[in-house]
Amino acid sequence: MDDLHPNEALKRESRYLRGTLTASLDDAVTGAVSDDDALLTKFFGIYQQDDRDVRDERRRARLEPQYQFMVRVRMPGGVCTPAQWLAIDDLARRYAGNTIRLTTRQTVQFHHVAKRHLRALLAGLAAAGLDTLAACGDDNRNVISAANPLLSAAHAEASALARTVSESLLPRTGAYREVFLGEPPRAVIGEEEPVYGATYLPRKFKIAIAVPPRNDIDVRAHDLGFVAVLEGGRIAGYDVYVGGGMGMTHRTPATFPRLSDPVGFCRPDDVLPVAFHTLCIQRDHGDRRDRAHARFKYTIEDRGADWFAAELARRLGRALEPARGAGFETNQDPDGWHRSADGRWHCAVNVENGRVIDGDGRDLMTALRAIASLHCGVFALTTNQNLIVAGVDESQRAAIDALLDAHGVAVSARQPVRRVAMACVALPTCGLAMAESERYLPRFMEVLGQLMRECGVGEEAINVRLSGCPNGCSRPFLGEIALVGRAPGRYNLHLGAGRAGERLNVLYRENVDEAAILAALRPLLQRFAAERQPGEAFGDFTVRAGVVPALIHGREFHRAAAAVAAEAAPAAALSA
Amino acid sequence: MAGQGGLAVAVAADTMALGPLPADVADEVRQLLARLTAEQRLWLSGYLAGSLASGAAVAPVGAAVQPAVKPVTVLFGSQSGNAERVARDTARHLEQRGVSCVVLDMMDCGKPELAAAHTLLVVVSTQGEGDPPDRALPLWELLEGRRAPPLAHLRFAVLALGDSSYRNYCETGKRFDARLEALGATRLAPRVDCDVDFDAPAARWRESLAEGLEPPASAAVGAVARVHAVAASPVASAYTRRNPFAAPLLLNQRLTARGSTKDVRHIELSLEGSGIRYEPGDALGIVPRNPDADVDAVLAALPFAPETPVRLESHELSLRDALASRVAVDWPDDAFLEAWAPERVAALRGRLLADVLRAAPRDDVDAARFIALLRPLSQRLYSIASSAHATPDEVHLTVGVVEYEHGGARRTGVVSGALAALHDDAANVPVYLHRNAGFRLPAPDVPIVMIGAGTGIAPYRGFVAERAATGARGRNWLVFGDRHFRTDFLYQSEWLAWRTKGLLDRIDVAFSRDQADRVYVQHRLREQGETLWRWLQEGACVYVCGDAKRMAPDVHAALADVARTHGGFDDDRAAEWLSQLQRERRYQRDVY
Repeated sequence: MDDLHPNEALKRESRYLRGTLTASLDDAVTGAVSDDDALLTKFFGIYQQDDRDVRDERRRARLEPQYQFMVRVRMPGGVCTPAQWLAIDDLARRYAGNTIRLTTRQTVQFHHVAKRHLRALLAGLAAAGLDTLAACGDDNRNVISAANPLLSAAHAEASALARTVSESLLPRTGAYREVFLGEPPRAVIGEEEPVYGATYLPRKFKIAIAVPPRNDIDVRAHDLGFVAVLEGGRIAGYDVYVGGGMGMTHRTPATFPRLSDPVGFCRPDDVLPVAFHTLCIQRDHGDRRDRAHARFKYTIEDRGADWFAAELARRLGRALEPARGAGFETNQDPDGWHRSADGRWHCAVNVENGRVIDGDGRDLMTALRAIASLHCGVFALTTNQNLIVAGVDESQRAAIDALLDAHGVAVSARQPVRRVAMACVALPTCGLAMAESERYLPRFMEVLGQLMRECGVGEEAINVRLSGCPNGCSRPFLGEIALVGRAPGRYNLHLGAGRAGERLNVLYRENVDEAAILAALRPLLQRFAAERQPGEAFGDFTVRAGVVPALIHGREFHRAAAAVAAEAAPAAALSA
Repeated sequence: MAGQGGLAVAVAADTMALGPLPADVADEVRQLLARLTAEQRLWLSGYLAGSLASGAAVAPVGAAVQPAVKPVTVLFGSQSGNAERVARDTARHLEQRGVSCVVLDMMDCGKPELAAAHTLLVVVSTQGEGDPPDRALPLWELLEGRRAPPLAHLRFAVLALGDSSYRNYCETGKRFDARLEALGATRLAPRVDCDVDFDAPAARWRESLAEGLEPPASAAVGAVARVHAVAASPVASAYTRRNPFAAPLLLNQRLTARGSTKDVRHIELSLEGSGIRYEPGDALGIVPRNPDADVDAVLAALPFAPETPVRLESHELSLRDALASRVAVDWPDDAFLEAWAPERVAALRGRLLADVLRAAPRDDVDAARFIALLRPLSQRLYSIASSAHATPDEVHLTVGVVEYEHGGARRTGVVSGALAALHDDAANVPVYLHRNAGFRLPAPDVPIVMIGAGTGIAPYRGFVAERAATGARGRNWLVFGDRHFRTDFLYQSEWLAWRTKGLLDRIDVAFSRDQADRVYVQHRLREQGETLWRWLQEGACVYVCGDAKRMAPDVHAALADVARTHGGFDDDRAAEWLSQLQRERRYQRDVY
């Protein structure tokens, strides 16, 4: 027991995540909660952060850091009603700095929430039928599915399944209700956490459900993936993928991003038991000593997909059927208005960085509030940080367009590469960030977009992903071009991922600044313009042209980078 | 120099082994000390220290406390220590002229003391908008009430200290003057009212008294005179308002975060080489100096040369210097306008002095007369926010920068604005020590409750730093209020660190504008009434520092509420309990 990570003891002794949270919340002298409680709040979707921009000036002013909380909502399948959106919007204006952020896992999060407002915020969410349970922490996170349940029957089914899976794997502790909603403790008979037990999971656990041919959710980047197998427009069952994940640590070969492995096919009715047993396998076999090695992907990597399949079969009482092997065409979102087979319209609103905010003549927050006030369908969030106003009658299209126009939110106005780009939050609120990400994206997309135009590929929707650190919130290792933060103004440049989430990228230049990034990309974009095959994506081109090797297996991540570096070294010497 | 030293003596008397003294002598000393009040012990400590330091023969103790001739009673009611200082100066002055005196704090003056006195020289200050000093309240209530004794046997004179920038200037002195007469006492000399520059009028008052007082009848008085001369000066610094120490600026750090509606500065000054030794609770005076631009504007509007000599308080200085450092040159008050342009007061009211001079020029007033018409610059005192034990040779201040708009222009306070603007490493600040005997830490093991709003938190930083540095074990409880938690929690990280180290047992905060309903420190006191009452039953001392107009009375009312709610007191008993706390120095205020 002694070599377990300290967080394990903390969880075990926390009385099912209660810790001293009530005292921490009631302590008006500090805007923070205690160090231990700050780990426990994560299980309730609440992350303690501070504004790193003012950290030093506040230290000199003899003030504590400007503590504030990020509060992430649980929103299975990314579906919320217009009424729920209005509640979220209202809470954001009351307690969260007039902004909402759409996340890369199909939900919204609030930033800048003061400790003294946490209870009111969570009560407001509860009143709208929303909660933040397990939105962070060592548990099953928000379950994501192919965006927009109104797009087809299959999408509706996948979305409903996401909700069912999410509910079935929720922590059962009463701590959330007691600490945040002020409810009295309820009598507990037997184990308070029948699934998780007192120590929950070794690390976070993510489940994703995809509906081909669009892989908007990057299904293989998650611990457990279900890929719908369609027969005549109906879902016949799901291929099951295990062991995906993005996060890694710089210059640490034992850590790497990993695409999940297919382990078989299950019928729709089996999804719940498969998810349950898979989570339990990770609960029982995941590494609880080293949190950098605690994700399910390392359990699979270390023990093998075959071991997993056998273990699952043992617990399930039967083996999975062989995987069917459905294919994907793209991992990008639809753009603008599109129509589903039932005749209804859907408008994908591009939300740069997922940042819903007013300003600079683009009052997106106000526009969405106005749309929510008249809209009868749903708001469907995508894992690419966009928002689909889904299920619009023909008669309402013009009204929605007018609202978007009136608030400067033009659909499809952006250069494609900028529209599909993603960035994590990073500075100033994220404690993990090593470099700017969200705040750098507009600038970087400006210069990259210009470079692409100069090279004659200005209309290409190359997947560009920025991340302030290698933990991978923006799924950077699936970007055709990715910048992963190393230090202020410096990034690792990765190239070569597939445009359907089927192939990882490879480290191409390490710890370089903007000028070096552009200098490295210019000749490649020029060659791409000159040598590309019809319809060829930039990531595919860089692999075909031998710029980077094709990387499917995460364990090869560092070796591939070393090979590129070895090749680059003599080339650099020559050009010098 | 007062309370802290006095209490230290009190503790020593009970616990100290009287080292080299034979047992019988030590017993006598102990018995004697036990009979003395804190004030008398303090006086004795100063007497002994002074006598030993000067090499003078130690007068017999009995002779010192029991002079042969019934002395004149110099009675002071002091908040900041000014009235006490003037009282002691007066006693010293009179004794030099052969008049025997005892100096008495109003807090220690009741019916017996009034009955025993034959001549009462009253020096009393006025707080805020006309209130008596805290320690004068019990005596004032006695004189005002139905139990007031007849005073026909008494001669009296009153020196009133005040600040003419407040309404009800010198109100307390005026009321004492009228009330003593109403009770039958005979006025020895007309009352003199003093503005912030009280030295010259106080000297005039002393002169006016000396003639009417009896000459000395006994040689024993000489010993007493000497005694007072040394007692008043054991820790006096050479630096005064007129002769300040140029303290090098060490740090000028804004404490309020960006977005705050206030600019509050943490100022650190070096006292190295000054010999200034302060105690927690003391204040530092900063000599005000009007901005050059304002002085130049006034000079430009006057028909006199800047170097024209003017006499002020028997000193001669140039008109420029007088305008820079002696009088307010921003907005003239009505008294000035009525003297300067009586027919245009309404039209000129609210305009800057230079504007007034341009709009209503006069050539029939000389420079000295002009200066005399202007309101004197009030003194700027800042509660010291540091402990000399924790940060030797340094003094820290918490300065709220006064900011306002006038006629569309942004202006800042004369001293606070100048301090905030300092960033030069070579900058010096003219300072002098201002004792605040009425605001002192108790014995090291006594719990304290520190109640303050805004910059009223300053002395408490000194208190806790002192207790941390000296290992005092008494519990410490801070109750702090300001506008916003995020931007205005002065010294937050220091309080948190002290709390973590166990040096701060409780902190309660009230941030008035973080929610719809305004919440202030007095609300927290009521919320925590049960705990507060327990602390007080356990002997805690309560301190109140900050706004005199609203916070101090509200806190006072809250304390009375706590006594009613948790002590079961009725209104009278609660009031009496608070008075007693004040008399016992367990309820001290530094409000402004």
